[in-house]
Formats: sequence, structure tokens, C-alpha cells
Amino acid sequence: MSEGIGAPVKRKEDRRFITGKGKYTDDVRMENQAYAAFVRSPHAHAEIKGIEASAAEGMSGVIAVLTGAQLTGDGIGNLICGWAISSKDGSPMNMGAWSALATEKVRYVGDAVAVVIAESKDEAQAAAEAVEVSYSELPVAASIAAALADGAPEVHENAPGNVIYDWELGDGDATEAALAGAAHVTEMDITNNRLAPNAMEPRSAVATYDDAEDHYTLYSTSQNPHVARLVLSAFYQVAPEHKLRVIAPDVGGGFGSKIYIYPEEIVCLWASMKTRRSVKWTAERTESFLTDAHGRDHVTKARIGFDADGRIVGFKVSTKANFGAYMSLFSSAVPTYLYATLLSGTYDIPAIHCEVLACYTNTVPVDAYRGAGRPEASFVVERLMETAAREMGKDPAELRRVNFVKEFPYQTQVIMNYDSGDFEGNMNQAMEAADWAGFAARKAEAANRGKLRGIGMACYIEACGIAPSAAVGSLGAGVGLWESAEVRVNPVGTIEVLTGSHSHGQGHETTFAQVVAERFGVPLDSIQIVHGDTDKVQFGMGTYGSRSGPVGISAIVKACDKVEVKVRKIAAHLLECDPDELVMEDSQVKVPGTNKALGWHEVGLAAYTAHNLPADMEPGLKEGAFYDPENFTFPMGCFVAEVEIDPGTGKTDVVKFVASDDFGVIINPMIVEGQVHGGIAQGVGQALLEEMVYDESGQPVSGSYMDYTMPRAEDVPSFVVEHHNTRCATNPLGIKGCGEAGAIGSPPAVINAITDAIGNNDISMPATSAKVWAAIQASGTGMAAE
Amino acid sequence: MHSLNYHKASNASEAARLLSGTEDGKFLAGGQTLIPAMKTRLAAPSDLVDVSGAAELRGINVSGREIAIGAATTHAEVAANGELRNVCPSICDMAANIGDPAVRHRGTIGGSIANNDPAADYPAAMLALGATIRTASREIAADDFFVGLFETALDDDELITSIGFTAPAAGAYAKFPNPASRYAMCGVFVAKGDDGVRVGVTGAGSDGAFRAGDFEAALDGEFSAEALDGLSVRAEGMLSDIHGDAVYRANLVSVMAKRAVAAAG
Repeated sequence: MSEGIGAPVKRKEDRRFITGKGKYTDDVRMENQAYAAFVRSPHAHAEIKGIEASAAEGMSGVIAVLTGAQLTGDGIGNLICGWAISSKDGSPMNMGAWSALATEKVRYVGDAVAVVIAESKDEAQAAAEAVEVSYSELPVAASIAAALADGAPEVHENAPGNVIYDWELGDGDATEAALAGAAHVTEMDITNNRLAPNAMEPRSAVATYDDAEDHYTLYSTSQNPHVARLVLSAFYQVAPEHKLRVIAPDVGGGFGSKIYIYPEEIVCLWASMKTRRSVKWTAERTESFLTDAHGRDHVTKARIGFDADGRIVGFKVSTKANFGAYMSLFSSAVPTYLYATLLSGTYDIPAIHCEVLACYTNTVPVDAYRGAGRPEASFVVERLMETAAREMGKDPAELRRVNFVKEFPYQTQVIMNYDSGDFEGNMNQAMEAADWAGFAARKAEAANRGKLRGIGMACYIEACGIAPSAAVGSLGAGVGLWESAEVRVNPVGTIEVLTGSHSHGQGHETTFAQVVAERFGVPLDSIQIVHGDTDKVQFGMGTYGSRSGPVGISAIVKACDKVEVKVRKIAAHLLECDPDELVMEDSQVKVPGTNKALGWHEVGLAAYTAHNLPADMEPGLKEGAFYDPENFTFPMGCFVAEVEIDPGTGKTDVVKFVASDDFGVIINPMIVEGQVHGGIAQGVGQALLEEMVYDESGQPVSGSYMDYTMPRAEDVPSFVVEHHNTRCATNPLGIKGCGEAGAIGSPPAVINAITDAIGNNDISMPATSAKVWAAIQASGTGMAAE
Repeated sequence: MHSLNYHKASNASEAARLLSGTEDGKFLAGGQTLIPAMKTRLAAPSDLVDVSGAAELRGINVSGREIAIGAATTHAEVAANGELRNVCPSICDMAANIGDPAVRHRGTIGGSIANNDPAADYPAAMLALGATIRTASREIAADDFFVGLFETALDDDELITSIGFTAPAAGAYAKFPNPASRYAMCGVFVAKGDDGVRVGVTGAGSDGAFRAGDFEAALDGEFSAEALDGLSVRAEGMLSDIHGDAVYRANLVSVMAKRAVAAAG
């Protein structure tokens, strides 16, 4: 049907968004609302010698100045990382204490030291500037290299040498033996640049304490309000769960950065109790750069070995990961179970070994950012494959073709079990759409215009739909990663679907409704998706890692299964037929080929009037379900990028970009294409433009849009987005997920194209014009042009 | 933003009088630098004296090849002025590529020159065009006006009223923008005037905009991109930052100069 699965229907939510009527956290206005402004450390590492707040307390509009000593004194707990990773030797990870307001030390520029609550935002900010904090500066470790150097200053006393864990996955001996016997080994040093997430909507919180009810309400820019409530309650002791309601209304982008519970939400809740005022805080863009969890920041050494026929025999990866000053909520899982587990890529690799050394630095915490570990893995694998092909004089596509996984299910050497796919089919489709065969002519034509043209591909794979609860539990996760749903058919037949997933740009209000519309044969407009409020939805684990399709929708399907059973029983009872004879279409429940039919709304009404239900049936028509996935899902694809480079300036233009993805079953192809466009733009941004830079003293250098380069429309071409889908074998609708793919596959495709164009493989991301120009000078390829 | 007193001046002398009565006041023209600095609380003037509405500070006068541009004239007005384009298209093209449309419709030539951001476009144009910067009390040659990073020959309370120059026979501006800010990482304005070729460079020099003397001499001999072959500025005097080091910027000066000459024809 035209509104069901596979239909490119327009997004229901866009009416309010494009008319400026979305309701975001900063739009919330509470009675008696006050404003919070944070006093933040200007130093990357310092002891706090004293806090003098009396001048600030006397300023206009100031209600309170609150400090870390008061916070901890009130029993508010430290922030935690929710995934326990053990080192090779079995020792647990070294998690340093993280108080929402620093007490003895500050550990990064922007670390919150105190908060001012005032009648207006301006008064709060003015008073925050008047809070005098005396610091004694300490030596700084602002990078992985600085943190792991001999004698480096220690960020946390309980993490000697700044090491959080020294972890491994795979068979080290087998991998070394395979590499020793390889006919060819390609070795590379690879840096994955640090990124700031830059959601369009800054983080925001509005907290209210109701002293009559002893109850808290938090409006928050969260990707997962239930997890926020759980963590705020169980670990930070802000309030017990039944006394805390968390609402995540419209949220303007997250990219991972709004998964975590940050100090500001905790402090606003606590301050609302202290002051008996609603407390609002909305980050300014500068605060976003300073305090949103950053992404990536890996340094890797990798070796991949091939036999004489070009088949991979072994793959060894050693990665150092920067965690920043504190362990953020998901941080420990990112460079381990979301990274090393994807190092088999799309290839049949008989031996893999990955070591990951995680370290503290005096920078803002690092956590999951669109792709989270999988872009880093994809970049390592696909840069090595491309480089190996060039070193061995083989066609890069053919080298991939020889090594692709071809039979499913396929058990990798790094935990993951791929259920489905046709990797060669996607590569063939991408190469055809990109006119790979015609590249030589385009390169020659570009040369006539004085431009260096290059082509590159990447065959990414990722893991979505996190994740089977028992499996992740055995790997250290502190939570289960199921999803919940409730489907309520109202007496008039309209349907409310309550989901634990959270939409912050993904279009759930449309896609989830499409699934239900098709299932029950009812109009899209008769279905309302409810999410983002812990008082409405029973529970949920939220949206990240492209889990809303494979896991969130699967929970809805499971709840629909239960509703359908009851609908069939009621209708069969009323129509005096067998429940299995009935079909649901055109807003009717009917026996095909007969005049036995009930309107969908009549079934709903019958369920609620309960005048004539089957014996022993409860009234009502509402069912809930929890869905625990049996496996990750594995979206994959092949991206082809073509670039033209100005040899005089090193400026790279991405002139062509083709994506062929395998996302399994697609609910709404228009929304999926939008996800791919956004993901590729972010990946091109990482490849060419974006980098969060700290200087040696830990001061952010690219902490504003004057220096942090976001991709603009003119930086990307019109994308060609193709699909060669295979059904996911492990969830009811066959969905794989699409939210991160674009950001995962595009950086290696772009860098492979640049290195092809300039004939120099030694370039790091972001491949700025200056870097590309220098690489051209080193290789001599640009001398003729200008 | 800190609270402050706002004054609106209807002419230059009123502006000067209003400013003299303030504790730590600043002139406000388009505000494209000052207002962002105030919003991030990096600047906190006690008063703002807004000169953007002063009629005598606005407008473009073209008389033959002699040009006068009021200090409060916006970049968009410079870009779109047909009379100016007839005699000096290079400055229109340059103004059309400053910042983004919002910046161009608020930002002014006087504000840009008075701020003397080392990556702003106008200083290169003023040097190459041999412009005269006029204030209420005096005229200052562009060569004497740009003193250093964010420093000019202006006194603290001195207001630019207009900019004058003679349209060159040929001229062009070639800019390589900073990918993030869209300021110039290197912008080269080449002008072939009655007294010879002048080459103004912005964005690259560690002391702000400068003239490339060797380039001017070579172009006086032959006004062609080839005349610049083998010439370069010394990397030692160039800016170095996360977007490009001094060696790269020195290269950009040569490349952009050649492109400007080629565009000037």
C-alpha cells in the first residue's frame, strides 16, 4: 500500500519543524524559572585552591552560587562509565572520579567548578564571571603522545601512566605467525582525527523540583530519556526513579553526543531542589565545543599480510585511544567492542589481533559520535586494502573481490557473525554507477584543465541494532540493550504507539507509523507515535547506533503481533468465522470473498465497550512488548569518491560520490536517502575539513566556527545513492539500519581518492588544502601545473 | 552580552561628540566583528555610538576615474554599484566575496579598514589601489594607515569618513578563503595604476596586509602571470596556524598573485 513499508511518504514531523513550531528544551518556560551559568576552568589541569563567591552572591538577580563541595556534601554521586572493560591481564579499567562540579582538581578547559543560579541568563553569566577561583596550575597532557610519554603528568591518581585499560581481542600468536609467513605485508600508521559533534541544537536542561510532591521533572536534550532517568537515579542519587520524570521533547540532532548524562543536567536537578526554583541552562556554542563529548581521536599502527594470490592471511592492529579527562558513559565500549569487532571488514580474514590502549588526557571526554568505533575500523581496513593493492600492483577492486566474505552466516575472528549480504553485488553496483571504467578519460580531461583527478573506493561494514542483552552483558555492558513498545488501539480505532526509541532527526513519527499502517491496513494519519517521556512510555533504551529500526521497530512489530491476535479473536467472535480467515486491509477486518467485514474502528469499539467479547477475554486493546535482538545487524556497502585537486593550492573538490548500500528492508527510501546524504557530508567533513585541535597546554584551538570547519553544501557534490539490499536474517522485518553508514564509509573513500590523485599515500585527516599541497610537493606530481 | 549604552549618531561630528562623553565607548558601524566579540563577552564597551545611519558617511561617488566611498557603505552596496563597476570592477568583485550575504549587508568598508584584521579583504585592496583614508581631521595614505595586526594609524577616537582612490587601468583580487571563517588565508589584489603596478596581500603576512615589492617590480616590466615565475615572498614573514603553515602561505601568495594578474588581463 502507498503509505506502508517501502513508501517514500513525506515526514509527518516536518510540518512543525519547517513552520518553526517544534518544541525544544530551550522553548520550555516554567513558572518561577531561574537560569544557571557555569563557572568553568580556563586551565587544562590545575588544583582548585579556593572559590570566592561572595562578590557574585551580592550581584543583581543572584539566587545562589553552588560548588562541588556542596554537591558532594548532598550525596550526589560521581558520573560513571557504563561498560566495564578489563585489560589483557584481567585487571579492571581505571575509572577516575568525575564529580559534576569539580572539587579538588580541574582536568580540562571547560571543567565545571561552580554554578550561579540567577533570575536572568545575563545576570547568571555576569555573576559567574565574578566568581573568583584560585588555581594552582599543573603540568598538562593534552594528547595521546603526551599522556603516554615517560613521566607524563597523571590526569587521575588511580590511572598510573594515564592508562585506562590495555585490552586485546583475537589471536595474537596466530596473527603474528600468519604475518611472518605472508608473501606481502602492508604496514601503516593511521590517525583518526578528533571531531566535535556540532548538533544544530545545543544541549539544554530545564529542571523543576516540586517540594509538595517531592518530585523532579527534567526536560533534557537526550537521545535516551529512560537511560538518563536510570543513571540519574541509580548512580547519581539525584532522586529515585519513581520521583523523577525525564522528558526529551524535540531534539535537534545528537550524533551520539546526547546519549550521555552530562554534569549540567545533574547540577540543574540538584540546584532546583536547593533553590526551590525551576532551573534552566542552555549551552552557548562555545560551551558546546568545550563540553560536548568529542568523537574519534585514535592513533593506530596496523599490518596486513597477503599470500601470493592476494588473499589476506592475517591482520594486526594496535590502537591508542584518547578518552579525554573523564570516562564518559559509553566511552569504554567505543574503541573495543564497537571497533575491534569490525576489523574483519567485508573480508574473510583467518587471523586478526587487535590491541587497544585507552588513555586519559587533559581534554574534554571522548565518546560515541556517529558511527562510534566503526568509522575508525572502516578507515583502518579500507586504507590498508587500498594501499596494499597499490603496493602489490593489483587492481584495488579485484583485491577486495578476491577477499570478500561470500557465504553467510560468516563467523569472523573478532566476535561478529555476519548474517547476510552480497558484498560483490554492492561493489559492482557502485563501480557501474560511478563509471569506474571511464575514469582514465576523466582524469586526462581534468589534467588538460590543470587539475589532478583521483578515484577511490571503500567497502565498509558496520554493526547496528545494538544489541543482544546477554551477549553485551557478558562483554561488560551495564545495561541490557533491548527495546520496548506499546501499541494502543483506541475505541475509535486510532492508534498510539509508545516507543522507547527517541527521534532527534530520524523521522520515527513517520517510519514507525508506516510499519503499523501496513500491518493493520489503516491510514498513516490515524497513527500517533509517542516517545521521549518517561511518564508516558514504559521504558526504553533510546536511539543510537542505528538501533531504532532493527530493535525499536522490532519491538513495535512484537506488540502488533499481540494486538493482531486479539483483533482476530474479537472479529472472529463477532463475524462468526475462524480467526485465521481474516485479513486486515482498507481499515477493515474481513473474510475475503464474503460480506463478512467489520470496520477497524468497530473492532476497537467492541474491545472497549466489552458488551460482546469472547468468553474470558479482558476488555481493551492495548499490548506491550520488549524485544531483545538475537544478533547485531550488518549494514554494508561500497562507496566511490572522485576528487579533483588544484595543484597550486592543494584544494580538493569532491566532484562525484556514489554510494551503494545494503540496508536490508527499507521502510521509507526518502528518509533513508536523507540519512545517507547527511552521513556522507559528515564523513567528507572528517576527511577534508573537521578537526578539534588542542595545543600543548590543553587550550582548544579550533573551539569556534572561525577555526572548526563544518562541511557546507558547496563542499559536497550531488550524491548518487543506490541500493543493493539483502534481507537481515535476524529480525522480523529484515531491517539492518542506515543512520551511520554514510559517515563510516566516506572518509576512506575520499582519502583513497586523494592519494590516488596526488600519488602520495602519506596524508592524514583532515586532508586540508595545506596538507594536500605539501604532499604534492613531496611527491612532485603537481610541478607541471603552475 | 554585558549591558551598555547605545547612541545613534546622525553625522560624524555628532558621533565624535557622543563618543567623547563615554567611559569606554566604541564606534559601531556594521558590527560584524564587534558584535560577535561582545556576544562572547570578549569585548564589553561601556557605550556604542552607531554611525551606520549617518547619511554623510554612506554612498559611492564616481567622478571620472576618481572614486569616493563613504565609510559606512556596506560591502553589498560596493558590490552592486553599477557606476563603480564601470570604472573599477575589481573592488566590486572583491566586496561580493566578503563573508556571506548577512555580513555583506551589514559590514562596512570603514569598519573593515579600521579593524585591520590581518585576514580581512579590504586592506589588500586599499594598498593595491593606493587609496587615501579620510577622517574628520586628516587624510592618511593606505601605505601609512595599516600599522600592524589590528593596528592602524587612527587615534582612539578618530572616525573614518570616506575612502578615495583613482580607478586603475586594470585590477583583480584573487582570494583563497579560510575554509572555516571564509576570511582570506591569502588574498592578493593587483592593480595596474597610473604610477605603476601595486600588489596588496592580506591573510598571509604575520604583520597584516603588505605590498609585495618584488612582484610589483616584475609586473611593472611585464604585466603577465608569467612575469611572476620564480618569484615568491619569504616564508619567514608569513602567518602559520592550523589551516596552513608559513611555507604554504608563501606559496599561496605567489599562486594568488598570478591568478589575480591573469584575471586582470
